[in-house]
Amino acid sequence: MTLIDFLPIVPEILVLVMASVILLLTAANKCPTAGYVPSLLTLLGAAVLTITTGGLGTDALVRDLVIVDPMGDVLKLVTYLAAMASFVYGRAYLREFGLLRGEYFALALFAVLGMMVMISSASLLTLYLGLELLSLSLYTLVAMQRDSAQASEAAMKYFILGALASGLLLYGMSLLYGATGTLELSGIAEALHGQTGGTMLLTFALVFIVAGIGFKLGVAPFHMWVPDIYQGAPTAVTLFLASAPKLAAFAIVMRMLVLGLPELLHDWQSMLAVMAVASLAIGNLAAIMQTNIKRMLAYSTISHMGFLLLGVLAASIAGFAASMFYVVSYVIMTLAGFGLIVHLSRKDAEADTLDAFRGLNRDHPWLAAMMAVVMLSMAGLPPFLGFYAKFFVLQALVGGGWIALAVLAVMFSLIGAFYYLRIVKLMYFDTPSEGTGRIAPAGDAIGLLSLNGLAVLGLGLLPQGLLVLCVTVVQASI
Amino acid sequence: MITVNHYLILGSLLFAISIMGLFLNRKNLVVILMAIELMLLAVNMNFVAFSHYLNDLSGQVFVFFILTVAAAESAIGLAILVLLFRNLRSIHVDDLGSLKG
Repeated sequence: MTLIDFLPIVPEILVLVMASVILLLTAANKCPTAGYVPSLLTLLGAAVLTITTGGLGTDALVRDLVIVDPMGDVLKLVTYLAAMASFVYGRAYLREFGLLRGEYFALALFAVLGMMVMISSASLLTLYLGLELLSLSLYTLVAMQRDSAQASEAAMKYFILGALASGLLLYGMSLLYGATGTLELSGIAEALHGQTGGTMLLTFALVFIVAGIGFKLGVAPFHMWVPDIYQGAPTAVTLFLASAPKLAAFAIVMRMLVLGLPELLHDWQSMLAVMAVASLAIGNLAAIMQTNIKRMLAYSTISHMGFLLLGVLAASIAGFAASMFYVVSYVIMTLAGFGLIVHLSRKDAEADTLDAFRGLNRDHPWLAAMMAVVMLSMAGLPPFLGFYAKFFVLQALVGGGWIALAVLAVMFSLIGAFYYLRIVKLMYFDTPSEGTGRIAPAGDAIGLLSLNGLAVLGLGLLPQGLLVLCVTVVQASI
Repeated sequence: MITVNHYLILGSLLFAISIMGLFLNRKNLVVILMAIELMLLAVNMNFVAFSHYLNDLSGQVFVFFILTVAAAESAIGLAILVLLFRNLRSIHVDDLGSLKG
Protein backbone atom coordinates (compact mmCIF):
# COMPACT_ATOMS: atom_id res chain seq x y z
CA MET A 1 0.00 0.00 0.00
CA THR A 2 1.48 3.29 -1.09
CA LEU A 3 0.67 6.82 -0.12
CA ILE A 4 -1.36 7.31 -3.29
CA ASP A 5 -3.87 4.69 -2.10
CA PHE A 6 -4.93 7.08 0.62
CA LEU A 7 -5.84 9.84 -1.84
CA PRO A 8 -9.59 9.03 -1.89
CA ILE A 9 -9.87 9.34 1.88
CA VAL A 10 -7.95 12.61 2.17
CA PRO A 11 -11.13 14.55 3.12
CA GLU A 12 -11.75 12.12 6.00
CA ILE A 13 -8.14 12.45 7.15
CA LEU A 14 -8.39 16.24 7.09
CA VAL A 15 -11.56 16.27 9.20
CA LEU A 16 -10.06 13.78 11.67
CA VAL A 17 -6.84 15.78 12.09
CA MET A 18 -8.64 19.10 12.43
CA ALA A 19 -11.17 17.76 14.95
CA SER A 20 -8.29 16.47 17.07
CA VAL A 21 -6.39 19.78 16.72
CA ILE A 22 -9.45 21.77 17.80
CA LEU A 23 -9.91 19.46 20.79
CA LEU A 24 -6.25 19.85 21.80
CA LEU A 25 -6.28 23.63 21.40
CA THR A 26 -9.47 23.80 23.45
CA ALA A 27 -7.85 21.78 26.22
CA ALA A 28 -5.02 24.32 26.22
CA ASN A 29 -7.51 27.22 26.10
CA LYS A 30 -5.91 28.50 22.93
CA CYS A 31 -8.56 27.83 20.31
CA PRO A 32 -9.42 30.93 18.28
CA THR A 33 -13.13 31.92 18.31
CA ALA A 34 -13.88 28.80 20.37
CA GLY A 35 -13.34 26.59 17.34
CA TYR A 36 -16.07 28.20 15.22
CA VAL A 37 -13.94 29.60 12.39
CA PRO A 38 -11.51 26.64 12.32
CA SER A 39 -14.41 24.17 11.95
CA LEU A 40 -15.98 26.16 9.13
CA LEU A 41 -12.60 26.28 7.37
CA THR A 42 -12.14 22.52 7.91
CA LEU A 43 -15.49 21.74 6.30
CA LEU A 44 -14.68 24.10 3.44
CA GLY A 45 -11.31 22.38 2.97
CA ALA A 46 -12.97 18.96 3.06
CA ALA A 47 -15.42 20.14 0.38
CA VAL A 48 -12.56 21.28 -1.86
CA LEU A 49 -10.73 17.98 -1.35
CA THR A 50 -13.88 15.95 -2.01
CA ILE A 51 -14.41 17.78 -5.29
CA THR A 52 -10.78 17.46 -6.40
CA THR A 53 -10.47 13.76 -5.51
CA GLY A 54 -13.97 13.06 -6.85
CA GLY A 55 -12.89 11.97 -10.32
CA LEU A 56 -10.99 8.94 -9.12
CA GLY A 57 -13.65 6.46 -10.14
CA THR A 58 -15.81 3.92 -8.39
CA ASP A 59 -13.08 1.47 -7.43
CA ALA A 60 -13.20 0.17 -3.91
CA LEU A 61 -9.98 1.39 -2.36
CA VAL A 62 -7.99 1.07 0.83
CA ARG A 63 -8.36 -2.70 0.93
CA ASP A 64 -12.01 -2.79 0.04
CA LEU A 65 -13.15 -0.89 3.08
CA VAL A 66 -14.06 2.35 1.40
CA ILE A 67 -15.93 3.07 -1.79
CA VAL A 68 -15.70 6.44 -3.51
CA ASP A 69 -18.44 7.14 -6.00
CA PRO A 70 -20.31 10.20 -7.32
CA MET A 71 -23.36 9.55 -5.14
CA GLY A 72 -21.18 9.50 -2.04
CA ASP A 73 -19.39 12.66 -3.12
CA VAL A 74 -22.61 14.59 -3.60
CA LEU A 75 -24.01 13.34 -0.27
CA LYS A 76 -20.77 14.36 1.46
CA LEU A 77 -20.88 17.83 -0.06
CA VAL A 78 -24.45 18.32 1.17
CA THR A 79 -23.33 17.01 4.58
CA TYR A 80 -20.60 19.66 4.79
CA LEU A 81 -23.06 22.36 3.76
CA ALA A 82 -25.60 21.20 6.35
CA ALA A 83 -22.97 21.09 9.10
CA MET A 84 -21.68 24.55 8.19
CA ALA A 85 -25.19 25.98 8.11
CA SER A 86 -26.01 24.48 11.50
CA PHE A 87 -22.81 25.98 12.96
CA VAL A 88 -23.68 29.44 11.61
CA TYR A 89 -27.32 29.25 12.78
CA GLY A 90 -26.43 27.81 16.14
CA ARG A 91 -23.62 30.17 17.09
CA ALA A 92 -25.65 32.90 18.79
CA TYR A 93 -27.79 30.29 20.59
CA LEU A 94 -24.74 28.39 21.81
CA ARG A 95 -23.16 31.58 23.12
CA GLU A 96 -26.35 32.49 24.94
CA PHE A 97 -26.50 29.09 26.65
CA GLY A 98 -22.77 28.98 27.42
CA LEU A 99 -22.21 26.05 25.06
CA LEU A 100 -19.98 27.89 22.57
CA ARG A 101 -16.89 25.89 23.39
CA GLY A 102 -14.33 24.01 21.36
CA GLU A 103 -15.77 20.67 22.49
CA TYR A 104 -19.01 21.35 20.65
CA PHE A 105 -17.24 21.89 17.34
CA ALA A 106 -14.77 19.05 17.86
CA LEU A 107 -17.64 16.64 18.60
CA ALA A 108 -19.64 17.95 15.65
CA LEU A 109 -16.62 17.42 13.38
CA PHE A 110 -16.22 13.86 14.69
CA ALA A 111 -19.91 13.35 13.91
CA VAL A 112 -19.30 14.67 10.39
CA LEU A 113 -16.37 12.25 10.08
CA GLY A 114 -18.65 9.41 11.14
CA MET A 115 -21.17 10.41 8.48
CA MET A 116 -18.44 10.56 5.83
CA VAL A 117 -17.29 7.05 6.73
CA MET A 118 -20.88 5.79 6.63
CA ILE A 119 -21.49 7.41 3.25
CA SER A 120 -18.43 5.78 1.68
CA SER A 121 -18.57 2.45 3.51
CA ALA A 122 -17.93 -0.63 1.37
CA SER A 123 -17.85 -3.17 4.17
CA LEU A 124 -19.82 -4.04 7.29
CA LEU A 125 -16.85 -2.98 9.40
CA THR A 126 -16.58 0.59 8.10
CA LEU A 127 -20.34 0.93 8.12
CA TYR A 128 -20.49 -0.02 11.79
CA LEU A 129 -17.52 2.14 12.81
CA GLY A 130 -18.88 5.19 10.98
CA LEU A 131 -22.29 4.68 12.55
CA GLU A 132 -20.83 4.40 16.06
CA LEU A 133 -18.59 7.44 15.61
CA LEU A 134 -21.64 9.44 14.56
CA SER A 135 -23.86 8.08 17.33
CA LEU A 136 -21.36 8.46 20.17
CA SER A 137 -20.67 12.07 19.15
CA LEU A 138 -24.38 12.82 18.99
CA TYR A 139 -25.10 11.32 22.45
CA THR A 140 -22.45 13.60 23.87
CA LEU A 141 -23.69 16.65 21.97
CA VAL A 142 -27.20 16.13 23.32
CA ALA A 143 -25.80 15.93 26.86
CA MET A 144 -23.70 19.09 26.49
CA GLN A 145 -26.15 21.32 28.29
CA ARG A 146 -25.07 19.96 31.64
CA ASP A 147 -27.37 21.87 33.96
CA SER A 148 -30.53 20.85 32.12
CA ALA A 149 -32.39 17.82 33.47
CA GLN A 150 -34.35 17.60 30.26
CA ALA A 151 -31.23 17.44 28.08
CA SER A 152 -29.59 14.75 30.20
CA GLU A 153 -32.79 12.71 30.18
CA ALA A 154 -32.91 13.03 26.40
CA ALA A 155 -29.25 12.00 26.17
CA MET A 156 -29.86 8.93 28.32
CA LYS A 157 -32.85 7.84 26.24
CA TYR A 158 -30.94 8.47 23.03
CA PHE A 159 -28.00 6.48 24.36
CA ILE A 160 -30.04 3.45 25.41
CA LEU A 161 -32.14 3.24 22.26
CA GLY A 162 -29.16 4.02 20.02
CA ALA A 163 -27.11 1.28 21.66
CA LEU A 164 -30.03 -1.12 21.26
CA ALA A 165 -30.21 -0.22 17.56
CA SER A 166 -26.48 -0.78 17.11
CA GLY A 167 -26.83 -4.12 18.88
CA LEU A 168 -29.65 -5.23 16.57
CA LEU A 169 -27.71 -4.10 13.50
CA LEU A 170 -24.56 -5.87 14.70
CA TYR A 171 -26.42 -9.10 15.44
CA GLY A 172 -27.81 -9.00 11.91
CA MET A 173 -24.33 -8.34 10.56
CA SER A 174 -22.88 -11.30 12.44
CA LEU A 175 -25.53 -13.62 10.98
CA LEU A 176 -24.94 -12.18 7.52
CA TYR A 177 -21.23 -12.78 7.95
CA GLY A 178 -21.94 -16.35 8.93
CA ALA A 179 -24.17 -16.88 5.90
CA THR A 180 -21.76 -15.39 3.37
CA GLY A 181 -18.30 -15.62 4.91
CA THR A 182 -17.27 -12.07 4.07
CA LEU A 183 -17.63 -8.57 5.45
CA GLU A 184 -17.42 -6.74 2.12
CA LEU A 185 -20.75 -5.59 0.76
CA SER A 186 -19.90 -6.45 -2.84
CA GLY A 187 -18.61 -9.84 -1.67
CA ILE A 188 -21.87 -10.44 0.18
CA ALA A 189 -23.86 -9.62 -2.96
CA GLU A 190 -21.66 -12.06 -4.92
CA ALA A 191 -22.02 -14.83 -2.36
CA LEU A 192 -25.78 -14.49 -2.39
CA HIS A 193 -26.00 -14.35 -6.17
CA GLY A 194 -28.30 -16.93 -7.69
CA GLN A 195 -29.93 -17.87 -4.40
CA THR A 196 -33.66 -17.88 -4.78
CA GLY A 197 -35.35 -16.91 -1.55
CA GLY A 198 -33.46 -16.65 1.68
CA THR A 199 -32.44 -19.38 4.06
CA MET A 200 -33.55 -19.09 7.66
CA LEU A 201 -30.21 -17.54 8.64
CA LEU A 202 -30.44 -14.89 5.92
CA THR A 203 -34.02 -13.99 6.80
CA PHE A 204 -33.03 -13.49 10.44
CA ALA A 205 -30.02 -11.43 9.39
CA LEU A 206 -32.18 -9.23 7.17
CA VAL A 207 -34.82 -8.66 9.87
CA PHE A 208 -32.20 -7.55 12.40
CA ILE A 209 -30.40 -5.34 9.90
CA VAL A 210 -33.58 -3.64 8.68
CA ALA A 211 -34.68 -3.10 12.30
CA GLY A 212 -31.29 -1.57 13.16
CA ILE A 213 -31.34 0.73 10.18
CA GLY A 214 -34.97 1.61 10.90
CA PHE A 215 -33.96 2.71 14.40
CA LYS A 216 -31.21 4.91 13.06
CA LEU A 217 -33.49 6.45 10.42
CA GLY A 218 -36.21 6.95 13.00
CA VAL A 219 -39.07 5.26 11.14
CA ALA A 220 -42.03 3.61 12.82
CA PRO A 221 -42.21 1.24 14.66
CA PHE A 222 -38.69 2.19 15.78
CA HIS A 223 -39.42 5.91 16.10
CA MET A 224 -40.05 6.40 19.81
CA TRP A 225 -36.71 8.06 20.51
CA VAL A 226 -37.09 10.79 17.87
CA PRO A 227 -39.62 13.13 19.57
CA ASP A 228 -37.99 12.90 23.01
CA ILE A 229 -34.52 13.67 21.71
CA TYR A 230 -35.64 16.50 19.42
CA GLN A 231 -37.51 18.12 22.28
CA GLY A 232 -34.97 17.55 25.03
CA ALA A 233 -31.76 18.45 23.24
CA PRO A 234 -30.58 22.08 23.06
CA THR A 235 -32.20 23.48 19.91
CA ALA A 236 -28.88 24.11 18.17
CA VAL A 237 -27.99 20.44 18.68
CA THR A 238 -31.45 19.37 17.46
CA LEU A 239 -30.79 21.41 14.33
CA PHE A 240 -27.54 19.53 13.78
CA LEU A 241 -28.83 16.04 14.49
CA ALA A 242 -32.04 16.51 12.51
CA SER A 243 -30.27 17.53 9.33
CA ALA A 244 -26.97 16.02 8.20
CA PRO A 245 -27.25 12.52 9.79
CA LYS A 246 -30.31 11.77 7.64
CA LEU A 247 -28.06 11.94 4.56
CA ALA A 248 -25.77 9.33 6.10
CA ALA A 249 -28.75 7.18 7.09
CA PHE A 250 -29.97 7.29 3.49
CA ALA A 251 -26.46 6.33 2.36
CA ILE A 252 -26.35 3.23 4.58
CA VAL A 253 -29.76 2.14 3.33
CA MET A 254 -28.39 2.36 -0.20
CA ARG A 255 -25.11 0.61 0.65
CA MET A 256 -26.53 -2.11 2.83
CA LEU A 257 -29.73 -3.04 1.02
CA VAL A 258 -29.10 -2.00 -2.58
CA LEU A 259 -25.38 -2.74 -2.85
CA GLY A 260 -25.11 -5.62 -0.38
CA LEU A 261 -28.44 -7.42 -0.44
CA PRO A 262 -30.00 -7.00 -3.90
CA GLU A 263 -30.79 -10.73 -3.96
CA LEU A 264 -33.16 -10.31 -1.02
CA LEU A 265 -34.98 -7.46 -2.79
CA HIS A 266 -38.47 -8.89 -2.36
CA ASP A 267 -37.95 -9.54 1.33
CA TRP A 268 -36.75 -6.06 2.22
CA GLN A 269 -39.20 -4.37 -0.11
CA SER A 270 -42.14 -5.66 1.89
CA MET A 271 -40.48 -4.76 5.21
CA LEU A 272 -39.78 -1.21 4.00
CA ALA A 273 -43.37 -0.91 2.74
CA VAL A 274 -44.76 -1.73 6.18
CA MET A 275 -42.33 0.63 7.91
CA ALA A 276 -43.04 3.44 5.44
CA VAL A 277 -46.82 3.26 5.82
CA ALA A 278 -46.56 3.01 9.61
CA SER A 279 -44.26 6.06 9.72
CA LEU A 280 -46.54 8.11 7.49
CA ALA A 281 -49.53 7.24 9.67
CA ILE A 282 -47.91 7.70 13.08
CA GLY A 283 -45.82 10.72 12.08
CA ASN A 284 -48.65 12.71 10.55
CA LEU A 285 -51.36 11.78 13.08
CA ALA A 286 -49.26 12.30 16.20
CA ALA A 287 -47.86 15.62 14.97
CA ILE A 288 -51.35 17.12 15.03
CA MET A 289 -51.58 16.76 18.81
CA GLN A 290 -48.29 18.46 19.66
CA THR A 291 -47.94 21.85 21.29
CA ASN A 292 -44.16 21.93 21.23
CA ILE A 293 -42.88 22.84 17.79
CA LYS A 294 -39.66 20.81 18.15
CA ARG A 295 -41.72 17.76 19.00
CA MET A 296 -44.11 18.48 16.15
CA LEU A 297 -41.23 18.71 13.68
CA ALA A 298 -39.86 15.45 15.12
CA TYR A 299 -43.09 13.65 14.21
CA SER A 300 -42.99 15.35 10.83
CA THR A 301 -39.44 13.98 10.41
CA ILE A 302 -40.77 10.47 11.04
CA SER A 303 -43.29 10.89 8.24
CA HIS A 304 -40.63 12.35 5.94
CA MET A 305 -38.38 9.35 6.56
CA GLY A 306 -41.33 7.10 5.69
CA PHE A 307 -41.62 8.93 2.39
CA LEU A 308 -37.89 8.45 1.82
CA LEU A 309 -38.28 4.68 2.23
CA LEU A 310 -41.09 4.67 -0.36
CA GLY A 311 -38.60 5.84 -2.99
CA VAL A 312 -36.05 3.20 -2.01
CA LEU A 313 -38.55 0.35 -2.12
CA ALA A 314 -39.57 1.28 -5.66
CA ALA A 315 -36.11 -0.20 -6.39
CA SER A 316 -35.44 1.53 -9.70
CA ILE A 317 -32.94 4.19 -10.71
CA ALA A 318 -35.82 6.68 -10.70
CA GLY A 319 -36.82 5.55 -7.21
CA PHE A 320 -33.32 5.82 -5.72
CA ALA A 321 -32.80 9.21 -7.39
CA ALA A 322 -36.18 10.40 -6.08
CA SER A 323 -35.20 9.29 -2.56
CA MET A 324 -31.89 11.10 -2.83
CA PHE A 325 -33.72 14.21 -4.05
CA TYR A 326 -36.11 13.79 -1.12
CA VAL A 327 -33.39 13.54 1.52
CA VAL A 328 -31.47 16.51 0.12
CA SER A 329 -34.58 18.68 0.02
CA TYR A 330 -35.60 17.45 3.50
CA VAL A 331 -32.22 18.58 4.82
CA ILE A 332 -32.55 22.00 3.17
CA MET A 333 -36.05 22.50 4.61
CA THR A 334 -35.13 21.23 8.07
CA LEU A 335 -32.11 23.51 8.25
CA ALA A 336 -34.31 26.50 7.46
CA GLY A 337 -37.07 25.40 9.85
CA PHE A 338 -34.95 24.58 12.89
CA GLY A 339 -32.62 27.46 11.94
CA LEU A 340 -35.51 29.86 12.42
CA ILE A 341 -36.46 28.30 15.76
CA VAL A 342 -32.85 28.59 16.94
CA HIS A 343 -32.75 32.14 15.63
CA LEU A 344 -35.83 33.14 17.62
CA SER A 345 -34.77 31.42 20.86
CA ARG A 346 -33.29 33.24 23.81
CA LYS A 347 -32.20 31.96 27.19
CA ASP A 348 -35.23 33.37 28.97
CA ALA A 349 -37.65 32.58 26.15
CA GLU A 350 -37.06 29.45 24.09
CA ALA A 351 -39.18 29.66 20.95
CA ASP A 352 -40.08 25.98 21.11
CA THR A 353 -43.82 26.20 21.70
CA LEU A 354 -46.40 26.82 19.04
CA ASP A 355 -47.48 29.89 21.02
CA ALA A 356 -44.13 31.54 20.42
CA PHE A 357 -45.04 31.78 16.74
CA ARG A 358 -48.38 33.48 17.37
CA GLY A 359 -48.46 36.77 15.46
CA LEU A 360 -44.85 36.52 14.35
CA ASN A 361 -45.76 38.35 11.17
CA ARG A 362 -46.43 41.61 13.06
CA ASP A 363 -42.97 41.82 14.64
CA HIS A 364 -40.81 40.04 12.09
CA PRO A 365 -42.57 39.85 8.73
CA TRP A 366 -39.48 38.56 6.90
CA LEU A 367 -38.87 35.71 9.37
CA ALA A 368 -42.57 34.84 9.31
CA ALA A 369 -42.53 34.76 5.52
CA MET A 370 -39.57 32.37 5.52
CA MET A 371 -41.15 30.13 8.13
CA ALA A 372 -44.31 30.08 6.01
CA VAL A 373 -42.30 29.07 2.94
CA VAL A 374 -40.66 26.23 4.89
CA MET A 375 -43.96 25.01 6.36
CA LEU A 376 -45.76 25.10 2.99
CA SER A 377 -42.82 23.30 1.43
CA MET A 378 -42.85 20.57 4.11
CA ALA A 379 -46.59 20.20 3.57
CA GLY A 380 -45.82 19.51 -0.07
CA LEU A 381 -47.52 22.47 -1.71
CA PRO A 382 -46.36 23.65 -5.13
CA PRO A 383 -44.32 25.60 -6.17
CA PHE A 384 -42.02 24.81 -3.24
CA LEU A 385 -39.22 22.25 -3.06
CA GLY A 386 -41.15 19.81 -0.88
CA PHE A 387 -43.81 19.39 -3.54
CA TYR A 388 -41.34 18.12 -6.13
CA ALA A 389 -39.62 15.88 -3.59
CA LYS A 390 -42.94 14.15 -2.90
CA PHE A 391 -43.92 14.25 -6.58
CA PHE A 392 -40.81 12.43 -7.81
CA VAL A 393 -41.12 9.74 -5.13
CA LEU A 394 -44.78 9.18 -6.03
CA GLN A 395 -43.91 9.09 -9.72
CA ALA A 396 -41.29 6.38 -9.08
CA LEU A 397 -43.78 4.44 -6.92
CA VAL A 398 -46.48 4.49 -9.57
CA GLY A 399 -43.86 3.61 -12.20
CA GLY A 400 -42.98 0.53 -10.15
CA GLY A 401 -46.63 -0.50 -9.87
CA TRP A 402 -47.08 0.36 -6.17
CA ILE A 403 -50.25 2.35 -6.76
CA ALA A 404 -51.95 1.53 -3.46
CA LEU A 405 -48.90 2.76 -1.54
CA ALA A 406 -48.85 5.98 -3.56
CA VAL A 407 -52.51 6.63 -2.76
CA LEU A 408 -51.88 6.03 0.96
CA ALA A 409 -48.88 8.38 0.88
CA VAL A 410 -50.94 11.16 -0.69
CA MET A 411 -53.73 10.69 1.85
CA PHE A 412 -51.40 10.91 4.83
CA SER A 413 -49.66 13.94 3.30
CA LEU A 414 -53.04 15.65 3.11
CA ILE A 415 -53.61 14.96 6.82
CA GLY A 416 -50.11 16.25 7.48
CA ALA A 417 -50.78 19.50 5.67
CA PHE A 418 -53.10 20.46 8.55
CA TYR A 419 -50.42 20.97 11.19
CA TYR A 420 -48.05 22.78 8.84
CA LEU A 421 -50.78 25.16 7.79
CA ARG A 422 -51.71 25.71 11.45
CA ILE A 423 -48.30 27.33 11.99
CA VAL A 424 -48.88 29.62 9.02
CA LYS A 425 -52.27 30.54 10.48
CA LEU A 426 -50.75 31.21 13.91
CA MET A 427 -48.13 33.50 12.44
CA TYR A 428 -50.41 35.52 10.19
CA PHE A 429 -53.88 35.58 11.72
CA ASP A 430 -53.34 35.41 15.49
CA THR A 431 -52.13 38.07 17.88
CA PRO A 432 -49.09 37.47 20.09
CA SER A 433 -50.07 36.02 23.46
CA GLU A 434 -49.61 38.34 26.43
CA GLY A 435 -46.55 38.09 28.58
CA THR A 436 -44.18 36.44 26.15
CA GLY A 437 -41.24 38.82 25.96
CA ARG A 438 -40.85 39.28 22.23
CA ILE A 439 -37.38 38.31 21.19
CA ALA A 440 -35.02 40.39 19.12
CA PRO A 441 -33.17 38.01 16.82
CA ALA A 442 -29.43 38.41 16.47
CA GLY A 443 -28.27 39.60 13.08
CA ASP A 444 -25.40 37.32 12.22
CA ALA A 445 -27.23 34.36 10.76
CA ILE A 446 -30.07 36.14 9.02
CA GLY A 447 -28.24 36.37 5.69
CA LEU A 448 -27.68 32.63 5.41
CA LEU A 449 -31.19 31.93 6.74
CA SER A 450 -32.66 34.11 4.01
CA LEU A 451 -30.57 32.33 1.41
CA ASN A 452 -31.76 29.00 2.81
CA GLY A 453 -35.41 30.05 2.71
CA LEU A 454 -35.01 31.33 -0.82
CA ALA A 455 -33.35 28.03 -1.80
CA VAL A 456 -36.54 26.22 -0.73
CA LEU A 457 -38.49 28.47 -3.10
CA GLY A 458 -35.87 28.67 -5.87
CA LEU A 459 -35.19 24.94 -6.07
CA GLY A 460 -38.95 24.44 -6.05
CA LEU A 461 -39.35 26.67 -9.08
CA LEU A 462 -36.43 25.02 -10.87
CA PRO A 463 -36.16 21.44 -9.54
CA GLN A 464 -34.83 20.02 -12.79
CA GLY A 465 -31.14 20.71 -12.12
CA LEU A 466 -31.10 18.95 -8.74
CA LEU A 467 -33.13 16.03 -10.10
CA VAL A 468 -30.80 15.55 -13.07
CA LEU A 469 -27.84 15.62 -10.68
CA CYS A 470 -29.46 12.95 -8.46
CA VAL A 471 -30.31 10.70 -11.42
CA THR A 472 -26.81 11.07 -12.88
CA VAL A 473 -24.94 10.25 -9.69
CA VAL A 474 -27.25 7.36 -8.77
CA GLN A 475 -26.84 5.93 -12.27
CA ALA A 476 -23.07 6.27 -12.04
CA SER A 477 -22.94 4.63 -8.61
CA ILE A 478 -25.12 1.55 -9.00
CA MET B 1 -18.96 -32.59 19.42
CA ILE B 2 -19.66 -28.87 19.64
CA THR B 3 -20.84 -27.45 16.33
CA VAL B 4 -21.41 -23.90 15.17
CA ASN B 5 -25.08 -24.36 16.00
CA HIS B 6 -24.33 -24.66 19.70
CA TYR B 7 -22.46 -21.38 19.62
CA LEU B 8 -25.31 -19.75 17.71
CA ILE B 9 -27.82 -20.92 20.29
CA LEU B 10 -25.61 -19.60 23.08
CA GLY B 11 -25.25 -16.30 21.25
CA SER B 12 -28.98 -15.97 20.71
CA LEU B 13 -29.67 -16.83 24.37
CA LEU B 14 -27.26 -14.13 25.54
CA PHE B 15 -28.83 -11.70 23.10
CA ALA B 16 -32.32 -12.56 24.33
CA ILE B 17 -31.25 -12.08 27.95
CA SER B 18 -29.85 -8.65 27.15
CA ILE B 19 -33.04 -7.60 25.33
CA MET B 20 -35.04 -8.77 28.37
CA GLY B 21 -32.72 -6.73 30.55
CA LEU B 22 -33.47 -3.66 28.48
CA PHE B 23 -37.23 -3.99 28.29
CA LEU B 24 -38.34 -5.78 31.45
CA ASN B 25 -36.08 -3.88 33.81
CA ARG B 26 -38.01 -0.96 35.30
CA LYS B 27 -35.63 -0.20 38.12
CA ASN B 28 -32.06 0.70 37.59
CA LEU B 29 -30.27 2.38 34.71
CA VAL B 30 -26.98 0.65 35.55
CA VAL B 31 -28.63 -2.69 34.76
CA ILE B 32 -29.54 -1.31 31.34
CA LEU B 33 -25.90 -0.40 30.70
CA MET B 34 -24.93 -3.95 31.65
CA ALA B 35 -27.56 -5.35 29.30
CA ILE B 36 -26.15 -3.26 26.45
CA GLU B 37 -22.69 -4.62 27.17
CA LEU B 38 -24.03 -8.18 27.19
CA MET B 39 -25.70 -7.61 23.84
CA LEU B 40 -22.40 -6.66 22.22
CA LEU B 41 -20.72 -9.69 23.78
CA ALA B 42 -23.42 -11.97 22.37
CA VAL B 43 -22.63 -10.56 18.94
CA ASN B 44 -18.93 -11.15 19.54
CA MET B 45 -19.65 -14.78 20.36
CA ASN B 46 -21.40 -15.14 16.99
CA PHE B 47 -18.56 -13.50 15.11
CA VAL B 48 -15.86 -15.62 16.71
CA ALA B 49 -17.79 -18.85 16.17
CA PHE B 50 -18.46 -18.07 12.51
CA SER B 51 -14.90 -16.89 12.02
CA HIS B 52 -13.57 -20.20 13.36
CA TYR B 53 -15.88 -22.41 11.37
CA LEU B 54 -15.45 -20.41 8.15
CA ASN B 55 -11.65 -20.29 8.52
CA ASP B 56 -11.77 -16.56 7.90
CA LEU B 57 -9.99 -14.07 10.15
CA SER B 58 -12.01 -10.96 9.32
CA GLY B 59 -14.73 -11.91 11.80
CA GLN B 60 -12.21 -11.91 14.66
CA VAL B 61 -10.85 -8.56 13.51
CA PHE B 62 -14.39 -7.21 13.68
CA VAL B 63 -14.61 -8.44 17.28
CA PHE B 64 -11.63 -6.32 18.28
CA PHE B 65 -13.31 -3.25 16.83
CA ILE B 66 -16.56 -4.07 18.61
CA LEU B 67 -14.73 -4.46 21.92
CA THR B 68 -13.07 -1.08 21.46
CA VAL B 69 -16.31 0.64 20.54
CA ALA B 70 -18.07 -1.05 23.48
CA ALA B 71 -15.47 0.43 25.84
CA ALA B 72 -16.03 3.92 24.43
CA GLU B 73 -19.77 3.38 24.53
CA SER B 74 -19.88 2.38 28.18
CA ALA B 75 -17.63 5.32 29.07
CA ILE B 76 -20.10 7.69 27.46
CA GLY B 77 -23.06 5.85 28.94
CA LEU B 78 -21.65 6.11 32.46
CA ALA B 79 -20.79 9.78 31.92
CA ILE B 80 -24.38 10.51 30.89
CA LEU B 81 -25.57 8.50 33.90
CA VAL B 82 -23.49 10.63 36.28
CA LEU B 83 -24.86 13.77 34.63
CA LEU B 84 -28.41 12.48 34.98
CA PHE B 85 -27.87 11.66 38.65
CA ARG B 86 -26.58 15.17 39.31
CA ASN B 87 -29.67 16.68 37.71
CA LEU B 88 -32.36 14.28 38.90
CA ARG B 89 -30.82 12.82 42.08
CA SER B 90 -32.03 9.43 40.89
CA ILE B 91 -31.16 6.69 38.41
CA HIS B 92 -34.54 5.00 38.42
CA VAL B 93 -35.96 4.20 35.00
CA ASP B 94 -39.39 5.46 36.05
CA ASP B 95 -38.00 8.91 36.78
CA LEU B 96 -37.19 9.41 33.10
CA GLY B 97 -40.63 10.73 32.34
CA SER B 98 -40.48 14.46 31.73
CA LEU B 99 -40.40 14.05 27.94
CA LYS B 100 -43.68 12.55 26.76
CA GLY B 101 -46.38 12.84 24.14
